Amino acid sequence: MKKTFRIGGVHPHDNKISAEAAIEIFPAIETAYVSMAQHLGAPATPVVAVGDHVKVGQVIAEPAGFISGFVHSPVSGTVKSIGPRADIAGNLVPHVEITVEGDEWMEDIDRSDTVVKDIPFTPEEIIEKVKKAGVVGLGGASFPTHVKLAPPKDKKAECVILNGTECEPYLTSDDRIMRERPREILIGGAIMMKALGVTRGYVGIEENKPAAIASMTEAAREFPQIEVVVLKKRYPQGGEKQLIDAVIRRQVPSGALPIDTGAVVQNVGTSLAVYEAVQKNKPLIDNVITVTGGCLPVQHNYKVRIGTPMSKILEVAGGVPEKAAKVISGGPMMGRAIANLDAATVKANGAILVLTEAETRRKPESNCIRCAKCASACPMGLEPWLLNKLSRAGGRFDELEKERVFDCIECGCCSFTCPAQIPLVDMIRISKAEVMKIMRSRPKK
Amino acid sequence: MNKLLVSPSPHTHGKESTQSIMRDVLIALAPAMLVSILSSGWSALMLILVGAAACVLTEFLIQKYLLKRPVTVSDLSAVVTGCLLALNLPPNSPWWLIVIGSVVAIGVAKMTFGGLGQNIFNPALVGRVFLLVSFPVLMTTWDDSGSMFGLVDAFSGATPLGAVKEGLKNGMTLSELTADNLTFSQQFFFNMGGSAGEFSAVALILGFIYLLCRRVIKATIPVTILCTVFVVSGIFWLADPERFTNPVFNLFTGGLLLGAIFMATDYVTSPMTTKGQIIFGIGIGLITVFVRYFGSYPEGVSFAILIMNCTVPLLNKYCKPRRFGEVKK
Repeated sequence: MKKTFRIGGVHPHDNKISAEAAIEIFPAIETAYVSMAQHLGAPATPVVAVGDHVKVGQVIAEPAGFISGFVHSPVSGTVKSIGPRADIAGNLVPHVEITVEGDEWMEDIDRSDTVVKDIPFTPEEIIEKVKKAGVVGLGGASFPTHVKLAPPKDKKAECVILNGTECEPYLTSDDRIMRERPREILIGGAIMMKALGVTRGYVGIEENKPAAIASMTEAAREFPQIEVVVLKKRYPQGGEKQLIDAVIRRQVPSGALPIDTGAVVQNVGTSLAVYEAVQKNKPLIDNVITVTGGCLPVQHNYKVRIGTPMSKILEVAGGVPEKAAKVISGGPMMGRAIANLDAATVKANGAILVLTEAETRRKPESNCIRCAKCASACPMGLEPWLLNKLSRAGGRFDELEKERVFDCIECGCCSFTCPAQIPLVDMIRISKAEVMKIMRSRPKK
Repeated sequence: MNKLLVSPSPHTHGKESTQSIMRDVLIALAPAMLVSILSSGWSALMLILVGAAACVLTEFLIQKYLLKRPVTVSDLSAVVTGCLLALNLPPNSPWWLIVIGSVVAIGVAKMTFGGLGQNIFNPALVGRVFLLVSFPVLMTTWDDSGSMFGLVDAFSGATPLGAVKEGLKNGMTLSELTADNLTFSQQFFFNMGGSAGEFSAVALILGFIYLLCRRVIKATIPVTILCTVFVVSGIFWLADPERFTNPVFNLFTGGLLLGAIFMATDYVTSPMTTKGQIIFGIGIGLITVFVRYFGSYPEGVSFAILIMNCTVPLLNKYCKPRRFGEVKK
């Protein structure tokens, strides 16, 4: 029997319509807008000045704290400006604007297709290389990878789980890289296992990607320590906690870190970035972005330089049809609706999804009929109907904390499943933020 | 594309709506309604139509003119209440009986609490029990003289449970009574005598299977109720088979299946966690058996469900689902 996580979950329609589109190299752009906030934590500090000439892969910003990251130039050219620019939500974030001139790479980057399997580095060297390459989690959270590869001294890593679930509908970028670059992904996994000093690795892939399962299984013959685990199709299997539960049958206790189960989860895209960083000296300057939607004439999986405006990508992909109503960065379950199409891509962008009004417009909310479908769907075992009620009552933070609102992973299963169309996860988000603020303000024991 | 829609995730929604769920319940009730119409004729059809219409109209009038709120009768919940009420009455009841029942069900049991999702008691059952205590004779005798299809010979008399109760009261033993009682296959396929919805266990079970397949309900509540009734009445029967009816007879009579499958599983008035649902089901099963054996009414399912409805808020408060990370090693 195929494995899966043990609590809740939903089955949204797959819609993997871009799965057969091979990865295409996105054409050269004229201007790159590189955000300084491409990772969780403090925005990076620019180390270039206006007028400087930069090469592809050159460091243009350095971390501004422990949880922060390096940022590299994705293009070669001249720094035109440094200053605030609107991100996808319209928030102003520091950016470095680079006018592209040619395509001149840093000399130490190995641009050949040769796959390098031997790992002649110590764990410390690996972590340093990953950090210097600005690798962050590409599954969506953008957590700096080097931090995850160096767990606190009192925690012991036991295994690495590569996340190839891609459980969000529509998204296919991970599927494509698993089909096209399975060996590199597995070497990336082996590198991380070496860094963490563990001997057990897994790749979790959902059953709806038979081609990726076949290519990864074939490539994994070279890596006896890494096992490809085929998982049932079920959202949100790609959630870190759900994936650990599905693969090694351990549940992260409330309030604890995933590492407490001994597992370190990394997205397959991250694994590929780690491979390129360590074996090829290539920093994270591009990523694979799925451009998809039922209303688009052609589906694409593009390899795009970071800092490319979304509007440019949509234009090259064939334009946005008149009936499009919502453009989403990411998948339909957890992606973010884009308010500003001129925003540039960041490291963790995995998809641009275009939906029509009929596909995405919310329907009017009606009375809760107490069907408990939200509670059955919640992968954290919470009761969204109750959290919604307490949130709307206002001020009932004690009860919300007791009902573990902070455990919510905002996967959206409750809102998705609610027959009364109640925006459950919206209400939970509001009170979750409030409760976590209160919890953090308490004196530490 | 001039304007972009921007809202928090999720950006997609499942296919289910309140309306689709209620439609599924109506589809699940269809076999039972059909059997009722086939065996009792136009009067049963009239009862269903009048019941549904009266419930919808009551809800419409209250929402529009009394509460002055948006009218939500299109969610079909009032239609379900009307059909359930119709299946809970003798099939040849006069039309005004179900109109009174509908007004009580929707007006008193549902809308006074704030409408769909807010009520504590199952509206159809409140309507039924109101009629049962107000018009006891009409509600417990059954007359088939109106059958138009001639599928069965005209039959007039008390329901099986009523007959047993009456006979026991008059000092008869069960073995004397069962002489003119029904065989098991009659009970199972075409139980003559009782409310419209008590006719055919097969029709009700078909509806149950449909609801399970469509994932409208889970099996927990009905299965717990039926098991409890079977086990508890089995113990009594083994102790004194001359005084207590046998467990199989208990399972297939007196609207137990209708109640367990369609009334006790009403979302609004049943607990939301599995643990709560099991306690709820055991409670209904126990009360049903005790009312049947020791109460003054021949039938106990309605009372049992209504009494257990009271416990739902408490069960929801104390029975929590298993949280992630709370696994026993």
